[in-house]
Amino acid sequence: MTDKPKIALCWLASCAGCDEAVIDLNEEIVQVAEAVDLVFWPVALDYKYEHLESFADKEIELGILHGAVRNSEQEEIARLLRLKSKLILALGSCACFGGTPGLANFTTSEDILNWVYRDAPTVVNPEGRLPQVETRVNGHLLTLPQFYDHVFTLDQVIDVDYYLPGCPPPRDLILNAITAFISSDLPPKGSRLAPRTALCETCPRNRTKPERMEIKAVKRIHEVEADPETCFLAQGIICLGFATRSGCGETCLRVNTPCRGCFGPVPGVADAGAKALSALSCLVKAGQYGDPRKLMESIDDPAGYVYRFSQPSSILGRKRRADHVRENNH
Amino acid sequence: MSEKITINPITRLEGHGKIEIFLDDNGKVDDAFWQVVELRGFERFCVGRPAEEMTRIAPNICGVCPSAHHMAATKSLDALYGVEPTPTAKLIRQLEYNAFVIEDHYIHFFFLAAPDFIVGPDSHPAARNILGLIDKVGREVALQVIEVRKRNREIIKYLFGKAPHPEGGLPGGVPKGITEDARKWMKETADFTVEFARFALKLFKDVVLGNKKYLEMVRSEAYKLSTYYMGLVDENKKVSFYDGKVRIVDPEGNEYALFDPQDYMEHIAEWVEPWTYVKLTYLKKIGWNGLRAGNGTSLYRVGPLGRLNAAEGMATPLAQKAFEELFDMLGGKTVHNTLAMHWARLICALQAAEHNQIIAADPYLTSKDIRNMGLRLQREGIGCVEAPRGTLFHHYKTDRNGILTMVNLIVATQHNAAPICLSIKQAAQEYVTGTEVKEGLLNRVEMAFRAYDPCLACATHALPGTIPFSVIVKDKKGETIRKVERPGAVA
Repeated sequence: MTDKPKIALCWLASCAGCDEAVIDLNEEIVQVAEAVDLVFWPVALDYKYEHLESFADKEIELGILHGAVRNSEQEEIARLLRLKSKLILALGSCACFGGTPGLANFTTSEDILNWVYRDAPTVVNPEGRLPQVETRVNGHLLTLPQFYDHVFTLDQVIDVDYYLPGCPPPRDLILNAITAFISSDLPPKGSRLAPRTALCETCPRNRTKPERMEIKAVKRIHEVEADPETCFLAQGIICLGFATRSGCGETCLRVNTPCRGCFGPVPGVADAGAKALSALSCLVKAGQYGDPRKLMESIDDPAGYVYRFSQPSSILGRKRRADHVRENNH
Repeated sequence: MSEKITINPITRLEGHGKIEIFLDDNGKVDDAFWQVVELRGFERFCVGRPAEEMTRIAPNICGVCPSAHHMAATKSLDALYGVEPTPTAKLIRQLEYNAFVIEDHYIHFFFLAAPDFIVGPDSHPAARNILGLIDKVGREVALQVIEVRKRNREIIKYLFGKAPHPEGGLPGGVPKGITEDARKWMKETADFTVEFARFALKLFKDVVLGNKKYLEMVRSEAYKLSTYYMGLVDENKKVSFYDGKVRIVDPEGNEYALFDPQDYMEHIAEWVEPWTYVKLTYLKKIGWNGLRAGNGTSLYRVGPLGRLNAAEGMATPLAQKAFEELFDMLGGKTVHNTLAMHWARLICALQAAEHNQIIAADPYLTSKDIRNMGLRLQREGIGCVEAPRGTLFHHYKTDRNGILTMVNLIVATQHNAAPICLSIKQAAQEYVTGTEVKEGLLNRVEMAFRAYDPCLACATHALPGTIPFSVIVKDKKGETIRKVERPGAVA
């Protein structure tokens, strides 16, 4: 048992969907469990942090982390696993790009805390209390982790060796990654363990994509009965397949639902959202019907579409508190 | 010397949690806290997004129960756009939702909870997991567990693309219909699942109820809490998952409230404690009476046992028989035994499987009439489902373009959060004396929260973060005396 490669799997600011995706290996999970020594996996195994701390540096062959980084405890866990592991795999869109929770960078933590604990319609909080890092209850000291104002990707906190995107990453790519790891057949450091092509190229609707795409009106998915075989963009429905890496299995498209970009950008693109938005603006052709700018402005919440999974990896930074902005201007 | 014990992280649950147990000068448990240290902020960062995107954003609150958030969001959109789903769309939604309840209940029972019983509460922590369970029950049974989960998730994937994170629910409908070929394999899946559900209940009876030690634990005062109970019921007051009215019973089992989910704000309120990120819900009309069970409590429990207590029975025949057995064995209504949640969970999965047999035989299921396009924006919508862990509410308001201006979510683990604190304190008082605590006894404290199948990502949808769970020993001033460590793996 001891000569099997040790693997640790841990969550940060995560929904545990990546854990479910690993369990979705189904029959193969039993084989994987026989081929490796799973030394840490809180959703399934009873090892505590002390156990993880007990390993020598780099004693664990592969540390897999899913979830973004939002508080001090998550940063500590990420650093601990980095220290103990030869290789780190960022699993899923949150670890790779920040994921859905990264949308929080479009607001402030102050705004979130005030809404959640004071202003939400079901809250009864006569003293206006907020959760505290330290609280004494009947003389007992209770502590909570420190929250950061910003949601970070994993590689903004620690060095990452490989990336496997997806929300969640699909079964075949997880199995390929684990097989490559077990057989020591690994690509260069920094590789995304996913195809290099854009989703459009593998989309079953690709043959209906017009040679010259012209979007003349933007429609929202609930307003129309989308044709299940025609390119969404050709129907005026925002779909990010043209700017998104392939590998997901076109799962959303197969249930007549457009792409929201969970696989992140295609190779060579640094800011997924900026690239998608600029490309989209090139496709808008209002022509004789009016100003193309008006058509772009008719898209509600463009940032929420193009940065659905990638805000923390973008060049945007986070929303600043108004008083901080004023202070910086002086 | 007064000390404290910390368990971190708590394991075999979804999310990050931590338990703190404070001891008095005699080494007896003075107080104990179950802390949720994770937040993400969905309610706030969804504001400004188009409402129809909630069926794509809300599932990401939780990777274990994304179908619950997907369906609550879809039903909120029905209300927001003043539209009823077509009969076929409703059947398709119910079929998917039942498949989800099934796979979710079984992943909890077999992967997270059953190792405590089948491998044993005192077994070595390195073996007390799904892999140890496979060693005990054999590969044949393990493959059946994997098979039932896989086949039910195939239904979710066929209809909504992915599991986890189903996508595409629409106001008034669903994005994809069911072909006759698909109906056939879905019917076979439902038949297979009913057989599996009967097997799972028999296994529970043999392994847990048939074992004197475990039965004593189930009946023990250490795992017994007198609270109100809440769950969704159909027009006959039977357990319902997809829709219905919310019913609340008092600790004696008398009907306390029966209301339309649209009126949830009249009955449920959230309390803020500075030592945890989860808001604690309570019965608004009684008022917040603190972390207290029994007389004067305003706390209620949800989830499998909560809905069995809150209902007058199950909606399908085999599940009804199992329901009667549970109450016969545990002294009739109301059952307050926390560990009976596991039994109730398996009964709920059986009802969902039986219901899917009925749906899969319905001639309307394969109709192409899957969308009702008569949308009329109401600018406010409330959607409610009975999630596996308990009743889930989504509440949205929008501007005149259907852009979200307000999102309020009340999730199952919030309802249970205060009772979980009380349950782990009870178990700690029973099993913990002094700091030289055997690992197996600390596991019994964890068994008290594990029965609830808490989902901490859901409970703390508010901001990104984690809930640690460890056992730390501190003195009355809060100084750490020692950490109680679990033994490491033995190769």
